[in-house]
Amino acid sequence: MSERLSVRKTYKLFIGGAFPRSESGRSYAVTSSKGDFLANAARASRKDARDAVAAARKAFPGWSGATAYNRGQILYRIAEMLEGRRAQFVAEITAFGGVGVKQAGEMVDAAVDRLVWYAGWSDKIGAVLGSANPVAGPYFNLSSPEPTGVVAVVAPQVGPLLGLVSVIAPVIATGNTCVVVASERAPLPAITLAEVLATSDLPGGVVNVLTGSAAEIAPWLAGHMDVNGIDLTGADAELAVTCEELAAENLKRVLRPPAGPVNWLADPGIARMTTFLETKTVWHPIGV
Amino acid sequence: MFEYAPAPESRDIVDIRPSYGLFINGEWVEPQGEDRHKTVNPATEEVLAEVAWAGEADVDRAVQAAAKAFPVWSAMPGAERAKYLFRIARLIQERSRELAVLETLDNGKPIRESRDVDLPLVAAHFFYYAGWADKLSYAGFGPDPRPLGVAGQVIPWNFPLLMLAWKIAPALACGNTVVLKPAETTPLTALAFADICRQADLPPGVVNIVTGAGETGAALVNHPGVDKVAFTGSTEVGRLIARGLAGTRKKLTLELGGKAANIVFEDAPLDQAVEGIVNGIFFNQGHVCCAGSRLLVQESVAADLLEALKRRLGTLRLGDPLDKNTDIGAINSAEQLAKIRELSEAGEAEGAERWSPACPIPDRGYWFPPTLFTGVAQSHRIAREEIFGPVLSVLTFRTPAEAVEKANNTPYGLSAGVWTEKGSLMLWMASRLRAGVVWSNTFNRFDPTSPFGGYKESGYGREGGRHGLEGYLAV
Amino acid sequence: MTTPLAEVASSPSTLRAFLHGLPGVDRVGADARAAMLGTRSIKTTAKKQAIDLAIRMVDLTTLEGADTHGKVRAMCAKAVRPDPADSSVPPVAAVCVYPDLVATAVEALTGSGVKVASVATSFPSGRSSLEVKVAETRLAVAAGAAEIDMVIDRGAFLAGDYLKVYEEIVATKEACADAHLKVILETGELATYDNVRRASWLAMIAGADFIKTSTGKVSPAATLPVTLVMLEAVRDFLAATGRKVGVKPAGGIRTTKDAIKYLVLVNETAGPDWLDPDWFRLGASSLLNDLLMQRQKMATGRYAGPDYFTLD
Repeated sequence: MSERLSVRKTYKLFIGGAFPRSESGRSYAVTSSKGDFLANAARASRKDARDAVAAARKAFPGWSGATAYNRGQILYRIAEMLEGRRAQFVAEITAFGGVGVKQAGEMVDAAVDRLVWYAGWSDKIGAVLGSANPVAGPYFNLSSPEPTGVVAVVAPQVGPLLGLVSVIAPVIATGNTCVVVASERAPLPAITLAEVLATSDLPGGVVNVLTGSAAEIAPWLAGHMDVNGIDLTGADAELAVTCEELAAENLKRVLRPPAGPVNWLADPGIARMTTFLETKTVWHPIGV
Repeated sequence: MFEYAPAPESRDIVDIRPSYGLFINGEWVEPQGEDRHKTVNPATEEVLAEVAWAGEADVDRAVQAAAKAFPVWSAMPGAERAKYLFRIARLIQERSRELAVLETLDNGKPIRESRDVDLPLVAAHFFYYAGWADKLSYAGFGPDPRPLGVAGQVIPWNFPLLMLAWKIAPALACGNTVVLKPAETTPLTALAFADICRQADLPPGVVNIVTGAGETGAALVNHPGVDKVAFTGSTEVGRLIARGLAGTRKKLTLELGGKAANIVFEDAPLDQAVEGIVNGIFFNQGHVCCAGSRLLVQESVAADLLEALKRRLGTLRLGDPLDKNTDIGAINSAEQLAKIRELSEAGEAEGAERWSPACPIPDRGYWFPPTLFTGVAQSHRIAREEIFGPVLSVLTFRTPAEAVEKANNTPYGLSAGVWTEKGSLMLWMASRLRAGVVWSNTFNRFDPTSPFGGYKESGYGREGGRHGLEGYLAV
Repeated sequence: MTTPLAEVASSPSTLRAFLHGLPGVDRVGADARAAMLGTRSIKTTAKKQAIDLAIRMVDLTTLEGADTHGKVRAMCAKAVRPDPADSSVPPVAAVCVYPDLVATAVEALTGSGVKVASVATSFPSGRSSLEVKVAETRLAVAAGAAEIDMVIDRGAFLAGDYLKVYEEIVATKEACADAHLKVILETGELATYDNVRRASWLAMIAGADFIKTSTGKVSPAATLPVTLVMLEAVRDFLAATGRKVGVKPAGGIRTTKDAIKYLVLVNETAGPDWLDPDWFRLGASSLLNDLLMQRQKMATGRYAGPDYFTLD
């Protein structure tokens, strides 16, 4: 009796809540760190990026208009779903190689905990960053943070799950929607994460995941006039400069790549949220 | 008839030197080049003074002076930095009449505004940020937030001294040192401020003022010794700066253009709405980035409101900016006047109906009458481009959703106005308008405690309030 | 007699709907506008012109329990000839007294052109029956008053009984016959600018010839922003009906500077057409001497002293 042949997963893109192939029909072989074939991933094109931006824009009013409590609930739901797929992520990370089962498990646990951390931020960031301003006149004056809009995220090339969750969660916790360019070398956990997102009550289009070449796709996102911000964490120095220059065209908010290696296990702080938050100040007279 | 006799503010109070050098390291120094520029009174075209045009070598000298002063200034206890800023605030109050007249002479804005708006806000801004200097650990940026270093700051000509205050006060409070370039057409109050720094015994190099035009500004923001760039001005230049800073570690804040919608609902307090519209677009000759240059009025009250608005425009007094009864002063420069004219002509050519009250225009100087365009469509240039002059485009809407859609239908997002007596509608609108400042039943109010800045292409970062510290701290 | 817009008073509900349908007034915006106009700088020839105009607009007033015939006669002399040393000073518009002193004032002012105004309708509180108010009005008119300054029933207004207020004004107007009716809103008790606007329209619809801010017995009395709101009302009422109504701020206007601020307010709100004693009055007493002192300062170049002006 022969051993049962397993059914492999087709890794596709995640756009607007659906899993399409690249419109270009292109794919590329993803290999482990040792060079073994793992799967073919979709190689997204500029048109996929365009579609992803359209999906993110479409999702923005609903997601930014949802209550902060609701967003927090959904982020927590993502954590729940991720926890349930712990074994799958451990397997995917170890298959890529470079880390053992124990370490991979710690990374998945940290990713779950990070989502829980950001789930709690959604309805607190307004209180931390907002202010009632004591202006010198008879006016009520209130400042509160609002999401910037559609944010492009170049995910870190290493730390395929924890790094990825650590760049997506702060962007969406505050009400932005995003288009993520996954790690080119290790894109598979990103698509599996998309499966988690798709089953977590997260409205379609809030997170869109593209796999392929960051150098090819990111400049299209950086230059896109309907993208409001860009996180260049995963861009190399040359790509980062190109993208930052392109981003200037519509004055995107830019999160530059970190100056050195990032310890994704450290306290993330709030800069990843504040970079993609606007402050709105509302004045109203006080008088009878 | 009750004619107001001329009531000019005396200009004897200001002593303008025939020629100014650069203020570097606490000293007046001559520039290395020969380049000098005349600054004129836009109301009369009279030359007020000659100022130096700083070149790259001069900018380098200023940045080095600021870099040298940084260790001293940043290490100084916050309470001591605070006292310098309080001193500066007091000196501004003491000299406010003189500075107001100087501002009006160099800028063309009415003395009523420089006296009652600009100068009080300038002093208030220094007072406000003075108080932060020794409280930064409570500002929400960590237990010991650090300054960035040398701030290169480039400011516009519409509120010369106020923009200087918005830039310098938070920078100094946080422990940075500064090289500031005032606008080429309005350098005089910044140069007077240099004298205030001396009167305050501010350590040399903490504040440096270099005068010049775009090239001087470019040399400053691109100087490798600059750690922080703050710019207020056009979106076009802001874009160039953002591009130029790509790949550097310089922190950038930008306060750029706008095309704000001022939205009037049928249940608005109409008399105050008329005042708000007037204040929104004719304050400072419309040379205001957050000006309410697009009036969106609900169709059901459009006719009544326009009639009231036209009647009110008939009472605006245009003329000598130094006259205490002048409401509309001079356009700041011939270039700006040409731009306003060009866009107004485009408005007519595109089919909008142009109207101005009967309004005598002085023979000399740069003037433009208060103007409104009706029958404007969203596609017209005058509804999309920043005119930066006393020109109002009037559009109508039927429902709140349509008002939001039209208001947000612009690459800008600096400010917006909403006029309604219905609280829930106001808050609904305020939450949907993509703009950094929403004035409800008021317009063009400013306060040092209140963060100011834009969404989208109106720039990023905030000035004012606790938020204004962030741009000057390593966070 | 029918007045424009009288149909809105056909029932309590139509009157209420009309008054509540008027645009609201934002207090902060109105205050800011009035304050801005208060910064107008009126100098030299404009100031001279303004002082004489203000003198001609004064309703020289005494409304004290201690008023006597002698006091009223002395005030009338001052009204006709404010500065005995300077015959170029114009007389004031009117004197304003209690009803029992009207006859005395009429006698003292015969032939002078200075009008006699009388408060009536149980001034200042208005707390009496309509019969008494109408009778008092009739007596004052019979005694020769050319102008009646009535008070509205603020209690009824604040309770929402606009029709009662309306009917009292209509009845008083009828009792006035040919005398001009000034309706005192007592804005200090109405508390909100929305109420000031509604009360202004209510009074105008009911037939008021003038709307007046205050009795002078309640603080705050006249203020610039309240007067601004009332000037907007008469301006809009003229546009809506074609009928022009005057405005009289009263109480608390003591200095030339104050008076000139009011004139600027009139000029830039209702417009120059209202800059006439027929359409704008200043209810005051001590103001007159300050106007005279400022007038003399402008004529002589020296600051004036109070000993040189009569206290009547």
